[in-house]
Amino acid sequence: MKKIHSVLTLVALVGFMSCTSDSSDDTGQGQTDQFDREAMLVNWADNIIIPSYEAFDAEAKALKAAADAFVATPDANTLNDLRTAWESAYFSFQNVEMFDIGKAEEVRFSYRLNTYPTNAAEITSSIESGNYDLALPSMVDAQGFPALDYLLFELGDSDSEVLDFYTTDANAENYKTYLSDLTASMADLTTTILADWKNSFRGSFVSNTSSSASGSVDKLANDYIFYYEKLLRAGKVGIPAGIFSNEVLPEKVEAYYKEDLSKDLLLEALTATQNFFNGKAFNKSGSGASFKAYLDYLNTIKNGSDLSGLINGQFDAAREQANALNDSFVVQIETNNDALLETYNELQRNTILMKIDMLQALDINVDYVDADGD
Amino acid sequence: MHSSISKYLNQNTEAAPLAVFRILFGLMMLLSIIRFWANGWIKKLYLDPDFHFTYYGFSWVQPLGNFTYVIFALCALAALGIALGYRYRWSVLVFFLSFTYIELMDKTTYLNHYYFITCLSFLMLFLEGGAYFSLDAYRKKQAFNLVPKWNIDSIKLLLGIVYFYAGLAKLNSDWLLRAMPLKIWLPSKYDLPFLGNLMQQEWVHYSFSWFGAIYDLSIPFLLLYKPTRKLGFILVVIFHVLTRVLFPIGMFPYIMIVSALIFFDAGFHKKIIALLGKTFRIKSVTSKTLISKTSWRPALFVVGLFFIIQLLLPWRYLLYPGELFWTEEGYRFSWRVMLMEKAGYAQFKVVDQETGKNFYVDNSDFLTPFQEKQMSTQPDFMLEYAQYLATHFTAQGHKNLAVYVESYAALNGRLSRPFIDPNVNLLKESRSLKPKTFILPLDDTIQGL
Repeated sequence: MKKIHSVLTLVALVGFMSCTSDSSDDTGQGQTDQFDREAMLVNWADNIIIPSYEAFDAEAKALKAAADAFVATPDANTLNDLRTAWESAYFSFQNVEMFDIGKAEEVRFSYRLNTYPTNAAEITSSIESGNYDLALPSMVDAQGFPALDYLLFELGDSDSEVLDFYTTDANAENYKTYLSDLTASMADLTTTILADWKNSFRGSFVSNTSSSASGSVDKLANDYIFYYEKLLRAGKVGIPAGIFSNEVLPEKVEAYYKEDLSKDLLLEALTATQNFFNGKAFNKSGSGASFKAYLDYLNTIKNGSDLSGLINGQFDAAREQANALNDSFVVQIETNNDALLETYNELQRNTILMKIDMLQALDINVDYVDADGD
Repeated sequence: MHSSISKYLNQNTEAAPLAVFRILFGLMMLLSIIRFWANGWIKKLYLDPDFHFTYYGFSWVQPLGNFTYVIFALCALAALGIALGYRYRWSVLVFFLSFTYIELMDKTTYLNHYYFITCLSFLMLFLEGGAYFSLDAYRKKQAFNLVPKWNIDSIKLLLGIVYFYAGLAKLNSDWLLRAMPLKIWLPSKYDLPFLGNLMQQEWVHYSFSWFGAIYDLSIPFLLLYKPTRKLGFILVVIFHVLTRVLFPIGMFPYIMIVSALIFFDAGFHKKIIALLGKTFRIKSVTSKTLISKTSWRPALFVVGLFFIIQLLLPWRYLLYPGELFWTEEGYRFSWRVMLMEKAGYAQFKVVDQETGKNFYVDNSDFLTPFQEKQMSTQPDFMLEYAQYLATHFTAQGHKNLAVYVESYAALNGRLSRPFIDPNVNLLKESRSLKPKTFILPLDDTIQGL
């Protein structure tokens, strides 16, 4: 009976629509204007991605220079400088990690620079043997920022104990070499990626406006959401908070040995992802075409609130939760893990808004599957 | 009444259309399987996954390791056998069984197109496809020019049902009044030559929706009625080529175009056969008038039953409460094609009921991206997956488990909303065809069929 009613309602609605359609002349809808996807790609490349890489390239080079200075004269001053350079570069890195496309994808940039927890045993045995190839997949968890975190903060309780490894230890030379190699490879990889963007990749990226799964918008949207879901939401918060395990896993916190950095790294990454969503230029004012503009163009206004507004609101809610956390997530987990879980929940809400609603509105496939549809 | 039925059943007609249909169907199927194999889909869809989503009652149908390739090879050989008309009935039987087995291995890959092939090959079991212009006729030195008229009519009827029911399914408020999901799909085709700009226009979305519905409802009649047949066929070609350009639907458009030829007169098909004969220098075996008849009496009964089921099955959704597009109870096997844009997100929580400890599952540990995508919008997938997770973690030594899911889905442009009741332990639910009470309501009504 309900179903019959439903059919009758449809008939009535169709009739109603055909009566009213004459009066509402559908000119001036402004929909003839195409959203300029190339302009969005240009904004992404020229105002966000390349400037972010330029900034990080400078940081990575400064980190390498600080490591060189430390290796030349390992003392409390150079160690302190190196630690500062590491911290500064780690922040800068939060602005490029999401762009896992082109050369970065090819060299597995994100994996090589930021796989954590780091593998202390692997690091130690590599140093002792002096025989290692950082490009090997088995070495991803023995290099990058997390490995430096271990080498700069965990080797001893005091600065002098740490310094001993680079001065009086039997393997001191090997320790210094390893440190140099790590920072050199980080700087080299970054320079390679930046050069590729500037030389040829920018052109092909910007012009590839195809709507297929190999188009730039499609690919970067997938990379962006993958980063947000797996590396930011799960990696920085969910996994250490024990979401995916029986127990909490404080040892899986980012910058575990430095300890007091985990919150600020999360906040930096959160701001970077939100700015990218809004098309905000990196380190300067102004913004251009973006996911937000694209969503607004597609007129996906629902529930009285527009989707880009909902997503931005959710970014803000997550930031507000995160701001209240302890600087060290290790401490946070031990004292009040519920607050961290609450932050996870806020991040999770945006996963849904972006992965379901945003991708549906943009008609982009998650993890494109090469198979026939109906 | 009875006499007119038996009179109809005794009518005969030229065998040529059936022979041409058999040849083209066999070739299309052969091509489809070669394409499927060449794309690496056998490995990717059936061998790589650790776990497969099964149809209720058919969980015993599983991929057979490397032997799966043998099933595909058998299926391809049988398709070739159909095309050549070699031991026609055995070829059709092997094709039907192997193809259906393949489809039942994992419902992740369910497509109405595949179901159509299963139905069609089942029907062909009872037709005199090998009577004329076939290796069978050549081997036996005897071809039959005539076949029962119902043989050809039954294929027309099946095609008619597919189109007409697909049209009926479009008579709903999302499709007609909101132009959904075309309003989502078409604007993303901005880079199509010539059409890209048009695809941004709202009136185009509505026109496509309405034209699509009217097309599906009217095409069987346009093809049946001789004066409009050519127009109907031109529309078939335009429509399917257009869908091929717009959407990734593989071989299906070609299969439908080729199948629609069955509506044409025998004269047309005789020309095709003459052309084939000339091209491949095949000598005609007979010129006498002979009738090929199915000797197996229950055949008519089975075909009749088959069509009754075909006509009724798509309406089973009326027996379920809730919104069909949301619950998808009674959605499959009903010619509901391209009606929904649905995306979901499902996180499973495994709880140790003794200690109260719990953790969330990373779906990519167990499912391929394709499986995860299908699972996250279909409740029956979620239930089966939850039970699989319980088996997996119990084997790992966990005891007394409960599995919950936190899931969201978005349908045809509506904002995402909670999909499955997160407080229901899915291990307490059993797989069945009964209404699933753990699905949360859509809180919106889609009017119409």
